[in-house]
Amino acid sequence: MPHLPDLSQACLPPTQPSAVRANNPGATLIDALLSASAAGIIELLSPYPPGWGGTLLVGLLHSIEIALGATCLGLLIGTGGAYGKLYGGPVVRDLLAVYTTIVRAVPELVLILLLYYAGTDLINQALTAMGYQRVDISGLAAGIAVLGFVQGAYSTEVIRGAILAIPQGQIEAARAYGMSPGLLLRRITLPAMLPFAIPGLANLWLIATKDTALLAVVGFYELALATRQAAGVTKAYFTFFFAAGVLYLLLSLFSNLIIGRIEAWSRRGMPSLKEAR
Amino acid sequence: MTATSAASGMKAQGAAPALKHTAQDGAAEAIHVENLHKRFGELHVLKGVSLSARDGEVIAIIGGSGSGKSTLLRCINCLENPTSGIIRVNGEEIKLKADSHGHTVPADRKQIERIRSKLGMVFQNFNLWSHMTLIENVIEVPVHVLGIKRDVAISEAEKLLARVGLAEKRDVYPAYLSGGQQQRAAIARALAINPRVMLFDEPTSALDPELVGEVLKVIGDLAREGRTMVLVTHEMKFAREVATHVVYLYNGLVEEEGPPEQIFGAPRSERLKQFIRNIG
Repeated sequence: MPHLPDLSQACLPPTQPSAVRANNPGATLIDALLSASAAGIIELLSPYPPGWGGTLLVGLLHSIEIALGATCLGLLIGTGGAYGKLYGGPVVRDLLAVYTTIVRAVPELVLILLLYYAGTDLINQALTAMGYQRVDISGLAAGIAVLGFVQGAYSTEVIRGAILAIPQGQIEAARAYGMSPGLLLRRITLPAMLPFAIPGLANLWLIATKDTALLAVVGFYELALATRQAAGVTKAYFTFFFAAGVLYLLLSLFSNLIIGRIEAWSRRGMPSLKEAR
Repeated sequence: MTATSAASGMKAQGAAPALKHTAQDGAAEAIHVENLHKRFGELHVLKGVSLSARDGEVIAIIGGSGSGKSTLLRCINCLENPTSGIIRVNGEEIKLKADSHGHTVPADRKQIERIRSKLGMVFQNFNLWSHMTLIENVIEVPVHVLGIKRDVAISEAEKLLARVGLAEKRDVYPAYLSGGQQQRAAIARALAINPRVMLFDEPTSALDPELVGEVLKVIGDLAREGRTMVLVTHEMKFAREVATHVVYLYNGLVEEEGPPEQIFGAPRSERLKQFIRNIG
């Protein structure tokens, strides 16, 4: 969190907004943006109570948990979906086309509301119909399931494109040497499609980290909801939303670092484009 | 070749060069193809082809573009499913059935996988796995399909790579190698499964002319040591040198077959005569 010591001198504590504001437009602006002094900001963001930093970090952790879970689930659905679309029978292909079309056509917020409320309701109705007790579905599980379902549709298309980009001779060679379909997928298709899929999948991961914020509408305690709570209680809206923005940015930067390494590893058999220039 | 032509082929081999390996009479039949038909929709590519390879034989399949020679080779390990006909590998007949669309498909996936793992296929475009180094390419099938221990497979693979002159390239990815080197590595990969039969699908057609020789030398060495091979090729001089039996395909049928001296020295069919004139 950047704090501006020279300017903060001009910024009065929020309890006494007064005369300075009238004759100093700069201070007015800063005062409007920052509702606390630098010391106050640090205190507000401190990870220990009464600071709210801990709340934000817990929210971030939940966001990361959901994004990781949803991405993993999405990759599983996407791999299966891509395989089904490429090699499945007509029924499988049609079902998958309906899935990817609908999920990609409906706004994610609507899907989340629909799947979260309708989904949990459906499960409970099914359970009571079969004579079981109703269950409370944890926000984490529901969040992962809902976002994973959405991610799966996008991943299906990314992975399908990547599999199509593999030189088909490599898959043919694996078949010619007696590989079973499962072995072929694990040893040849997945590693060979990875370099073509990484850029698209990286996009999906970054979108997933931010889509977790949508789960705030169903009351899941992630970074956006934690931020809103902290800001609402302290009235330091700018401070907390700015801090949340920085956390999202840091997450993206860290992700880029990891993704870059994964991409370099997945492209290990490919000469760099720079050398070919 | 059919039983009768096999017998005549053997007789004619008295004149074969001494270094050429000759199959023993009565050697077991490694590949037997009988009355094979293949249609791609309306296109009738193979119209009843028969072929046989006994242990130690080198069968060269020659023919013009579109004659069906690659399709014939690819039917042997069911990379293309034949429309009808009998294929026996190692005495075991490949079980085929009709699927719901009326296409012929292998009836028993496990059987096909077992048969395929005994046939070392070498492709026109090498088809090495690009995410694996050469040594990883060579040990892949022994370790993951045949269940050989990794360290045993690695020491075998090192010998094979040394044999095709690529010992120093063991940790290099295929994309960093020339076509000739890639094809030699692909031959090492095929040898690593200790195949009953090697199948070569135009192994030098995608190579620059100056790289053809190094690959042919490796294949020639294999032929001379008595490997059973079926070779689809455009290299007529090479086919004449290494083959024990040559099959000339024309328009989906065997137009003429026999020992190389007869096929190249005294062709009977007008089409074969013209083909050899055009190619030579």
